[in-house]
Amino acid sequence: MDVRGQHDIAASAPAGTGAGAPVGATATTFADAVPTPVLAFSDASFVYAGVGRQVEALSGLTFSVAPGESVAVIGPSGCGKSTMLLLAAGLLRPTHGGVQAHGAEVSAPSLGTALILQEHGLLPWKTVEDNAGLGLLIRGASRKHAREQVREALVHLGLGDFVRAYPGELSGGMRQRVGLARAVALNAGLLLMDEPLSALDALTREDVQNTLLKLWIQRGHAQVLVTHSIEEAVFLGRRIIVMSARPGSVCAVVENPDMGEPGYRQSPTFFEACGRLRVLLAAARRHLAEGQQPAGSQQPAEQGAVS
Amino acid sequence: MRKVMGYIAGALALAAIWELAAIALGSPALPRPSAAVPAFVRLLPGLWPHGLRSFARVLVAMLIGTVLAVPLGLVVGRSARIDAVLAPIIFITYPIPKVVFLPILLVLLGLGNAPKVALIALIVFFQVLVTARDGARAVPEGTVLSVRSLGAGRFDVMRHVVFPAALPELFTALRISSGTAVAVLFFAESIAGTEGLGWFIVDAWGRIDYPSMFAGIISMALMGVVIYEGLDALEAWLTRWRRV
Repeated sequence: MDVRGQHDIAASAPAGTGAGAPVGATATTFADAVPTPVLAFSDASFVYAGVGRQVEALSGLTFSVAPGESVAVIGPSGCGKSTMLLLAAGLLRPTHGGVQAHGAEVSAPSLGTALILQEHGLLPWKTVEDNAGLGLLIRGASRKHAREQVREALVHLGLGDFVRAYPGELSGGMRQRVGLARAVALNAGLLLMDEPLSALDALTREDVQNTLLKLWIQRGHAQVLVTHSIEEAVFLGRRIIVMSARPGSVCAVVENPDMGEPGYRQSPTFFEACGRLRVLLAAARRHLAEGQQPAGSQQPAEQGAVS
Repeated sequence: MRKVMGYIAGALALAAIWELAAIALGSPALPRPSAAVPAFVRLLPGLWPHGLRSFARVLVAMLIGTVLAVPLGLVVGRSARIDAVLAPIIFITYPIPKVVFLPILLVLLGLGNAPKVALIALIVFFQVLVTARDGARAVPEGTVLSVRSLGAGRFDVMRHVVFPAALPELFTALRISSGTAVAVLFFAESIAGTEGLGWFIVDAWGRIDYPSMFAGIISMALMGVVIYEGLDALEAWLTRWRRV
């Protein structure tokens, strides 16, 4: 299996440094060796202003994603993972700090970024081909051109026989594949995914995970996957960012260089990585239970290659 | 086919109830269907221009009311600022029975088609406006975000998300308002003018020609069925994704 860029990526983000380094880490030491990130959070904070109260969802979030890198983000519920993706997609603006994508400050949705959401991603009143081609249509393509463009992506994702079907006629896994086809059709350099597989049964989930991995290897885009699943984070994250509870910040960064290897899901290193991640998540939760600051806000985040 | 059979069975059941009621009452004001239906067939050549006129008035009024209400309702529903300004005005004017404006409309627009169409359009406008506003507010934010992430602007969001999402509710509002529209049409036509089913019914009533009056009533019921079924067919076509 040709695991695209595996060794390059591992080298570009060594333990304790690189694109994923949180505040206080020594990322700048290796700045010259790191390519311009496709996505970078710089001390970003976000506060939701509700009626009569404010909720700080993110605080001092700092990490970056290199071109072609696959990053998984995991953390407790409500830690601001989805908010982080909305900031990256240009759908929210940070209250403090900055978010850069493709070398420019993010102020609006960008042509180079695609976002896949857990639910609501597909429009039930549009056929598979029209859902997949919606991004192209919005960006000025004719309906005919958009349909032609997405046809190949749909065939590639095993949806060739369902182009005229409505989302309501598809299984959960097929619906997620349509969302993927939409992102593929946009040819975006950065793919953001907010728990895209959480509603799927175990077997379908593994199937779509394999599809995501295959697409990443073939297309060379960078991707950020927000997930609640430790196994999913380890299977799809070359680098895994552990976030603290609200207000979310980077709590730990785990390098996972064996990700993408053939048979990785059944390998001892996979289970070892899962175990290590489980310990980190439990530690983050314990810190909070003891009323302490999240680890990421006290000290440089724990980092290190798992395997 | 099943629908047609249903209508035939329903019509027969109604005719049976009507026949029994007419026999029980024994009043010339309620002729038996065996007298009213032949009168309907006999008067059809003179009736259909009135039916067509009434049908056109309802159709044009519903079209005007809908075309004006849908965009406004969707915009109000999606914009907190516009909603803050317009929602109080809508809530104050919505409960007013619009039929009270008929005298004003007759004075301003004369006795022809215009005041009748305007009155029905006004009724349809408010019912569709309120529904469109509520429909737009009910669109899940996640759906809007997913489309905005593709670079969609306000118009794209309206076109691809908000309008199709609100369509089923809009058709429900149209079906409900179509019943009100036909009722108000009868009232408006009976007060002013010399054309339309409303006028035909009241004129027959004045001549104590009850079979003719019921021929007009049958025509009005048929018009209601055509409007209702037309809306049903249009909804089935525009929201075919709901049937999968």
